[in-house]
Amino acid sequence: MAKAGDKSGGSGNKGLKRKAATEERQEAAVAEDGTTESGVQPSKAAAFPPGFSVSEIKNKQRRHLMFTRWKQQQRKEKLAAKKKLKKEREALGDKAPPKPIPKTIDNQRVYDETTVDPNDEEVAYDEATDEFASYFNRQTSPKILITTSDRPHGRTVRLCEQLSTVIPNSHVYYRRGLALKKIIPQCISRDFTDLIVINEDRKIPNGLILSHLPNGPTAHFKMSSVRLRKEIKRRGKEPTEHIPEIILNNFTTRLGHSVGRMFASLFPHNPQFTGRQVATFHNQRDYIFFRFHRYIFKSEKKVGIQELGPRFTLKLRSLQKGTFDSKYGEYEWVHKISGSQSGTSSIT
Amino acid sequence: MAAAAARWNHVWVGTDTGILKGVNLQRKQAANFTPSGQPRREEAVSALCWGAGGETQILVGCADGTVKHFSTEEGRFQGQRHCPGGEGMFRGLAQVDGTLITCVDSGILRVWHDNDKEASSDPLLELRVGPGVCRMRQDPVRPHMVATGGKENALKVWDLQGSEEPVFRAKNVRNDWLDLRVPIWDQDIQFLPESQKLVTCTGYHQVRVYDPASPQRRPVLEATYGEYPLTAMTLTPGGNSVIVGNTHGQLAEIDLRQGRLLVCLKGLAGSVRGLQCHPSKPLLASCGLDRVLRVHRIRNPRGLDHKVYLKSQLNCLLLSGRDNWEDEPQEPQEPNKVPSEDTETDELWASLEAAAKRKLPDLEQSQGALQTRQRKKKRPGSTSS
Repeated sequence: MAKAGDKSGGSGNKGLKRKAATEERQEAAVAEDGTTESGVQPSKAAAFPPGFSVSEIKNKQRRHLMFTRWKQQQRKEKLAAKKKLKKEREALGDKAPPKPIPKTIDNQRVYDETTVDPNDEEVAYDEATDEFASYFNRQTSPKILITTSDRPHGRTVRLCEQLSTVIPNSHVYYRRGLALKKIIPQCISRDFTDLIVINEDRKIPNGLILSHLPNGPTAHFKMSSVRLRKEIKRRGKEPTEHIPEIILNNFTTRLGHSVGRMFASLFPHNPQFTGRQVATFHNQRDYIFFRFHRYIFKSEKKVGIQELGPRFTLKLRSLQKGTFDSKYGEYEWVHKISGSQSGTSSIT
Repeated sequence: MAAAAARWNHVWVGTDTGILKGVNLQRKQAANFTPSGQPRREEAVSALCWGAGGETQILVGCADGTVKHFSTEEGRFQGQRHCPGGEGMFRGLAQVDGTLITCVDSGILRVWHDNDKEASSDPLLELRVGPGVCRMRQDPVRPHMVATGGKENALKVWDLQGSEEPVFRAKNVRNDWLDLRVPIWDQDIQFLPESQKLVTCTGYHQVRVYDPASPQRRPVLEATYGEYPLTAMTLTPGGNSVIVGNTHGQLAEIDLRQGRLLVCLKGLAGSVRGLQCHPSKPLLASCGLDRVLRVHRIRNPRGLDHKVYLKSQLNCLLLSGRDNWEDEPQEPQEPNKVPSEDTETDELWASLEAAAKRKLPDLEQSQGALQTRQRKKKRPGSTSS
């Protein structure tokens, strides 16, 4: 019944207003219309069935109008509440309660129990004897093989070339349809320590597989936001042959440590500071940002930086124990997408 | 303290760094036990089994070919036995009637006299099982029967008191629809309780049931799950289903009567290395390469009960099969402290009213706090003895 009344009431004037303040508008509308429903309107305003919401009105124009009116009312109420709160705070003066801190994603983050404690002996022993031990003990120096998925297009090829200028002692080879499992034993016999495969889809690079060679872990990343050298604004000239320094930011958890060590083992141990070049892997909320800069100290505290080199963003998809074997290998960590997973916890 | 409390640990986990960890889910504590006080990767634990005499002793098989005895009563390693022969890690460890059965990767199965005095005497019995063994399992009902299986090594059931030939040798399934030979890779074996049947899970994501009593040597039932190699398997309390885990950390319960998938359990992020169900309660303990021990409840309601971060990669686990999970008698915990407390506080008790008396039982109970359902962060007690 209310609905029928609604329609009839609304046919002449534009919508029914809950507040009595707009009665003048109704009367004006009625004056235009001249229907005999004016007497019914004021009582109509209070006679909404409970549970009626603006979304139930079928007519789009009327529904939109009702909604905008409701929104304006909400905004007014909110402003009034704010003013009232402000007045109360001023009235209380010093005794006012402290302002509540706004919730941010970083605030709400659940503390990750796998965060590595620097004094932890067990983790220290684990890291001292894992697959990267020979690199960190200075027994081996890195030699990288960079390749792509089969039949790469221009962007990917150029990215590989630029990456090989960034990473010292790296070689780019064309894939030619070879199977990775066959490439790996050949690399091991030629003393390569790492293998990088840039996967390409629809002419843009979108994945990175980083495999530490003798028998080390293989990390599979999703790569996005790739910018080649010519696409970077205000960049410096070509990088030189100097060995860059490395910055690894924010790899705090156990998984983050493993991934961070993987990146560190790509570069030789002895950075040449005269080159003033630095490669940064910055981890924030599970995204790893790679940048390559040249810096210059203008004074004690001021530094100028120029971005050289390619830039890209990586997100870890899986970490597999052993060299590349996606079908039969054992995974140390796999990214699982589940509906209940909140965005507040971070894994690396 | 850790030594005294070691017997109440619910789960024992062996790691890649040689540390044996005892986890008490009630008190949310994990304790490290190492034979030499320092973790050593050469002593990576590859097999665990209960020793003689109930659950008071654990046999720990290490990567350097030694089997160490660990006493849960005293919380320390008691002795070790060098078991040479063959290459590779231990793939199965069992003990029966004072003898120790070991099986290594290269297929040498040996039965040793379990006597600490004789350091490395010759084995009582040696069998060659075939190369590439992935698992050797002992039948809990008939301890002299063992089953072995591996990569390109078909399932064989051996009677250690009988002949040198296997009692049951499984046959491979028929060629597939392309007329190609189906490869064999038995990763885990379990004996089904009531009958003579065996269940295996393979690296080609199949679960197979074999029945030695039937004339058919081929599997009686075959079910597949997922696309990744199944690495671990355990029987559920009912006896009608098994729970399998694969290299992606997916856990699934498969019904053996029909070969159907019942449920999947969530949570693991790394390859499953060890799985064990409690014999009577619906609890499942799982450990894997993601360095976390999880205890799931498999029915009503299904879900994760406990999650414990243990800092090394976990290789195998042993779940205590005892029934009194919650009850922990207070007296064995602090045998030294109780008498001294009594003498000091006796006068206090005499003088104070009944309200103050409530404090003492609270102090004792806070140590064994009953917090089964709360997901509190546990305190890792990294004490090494």
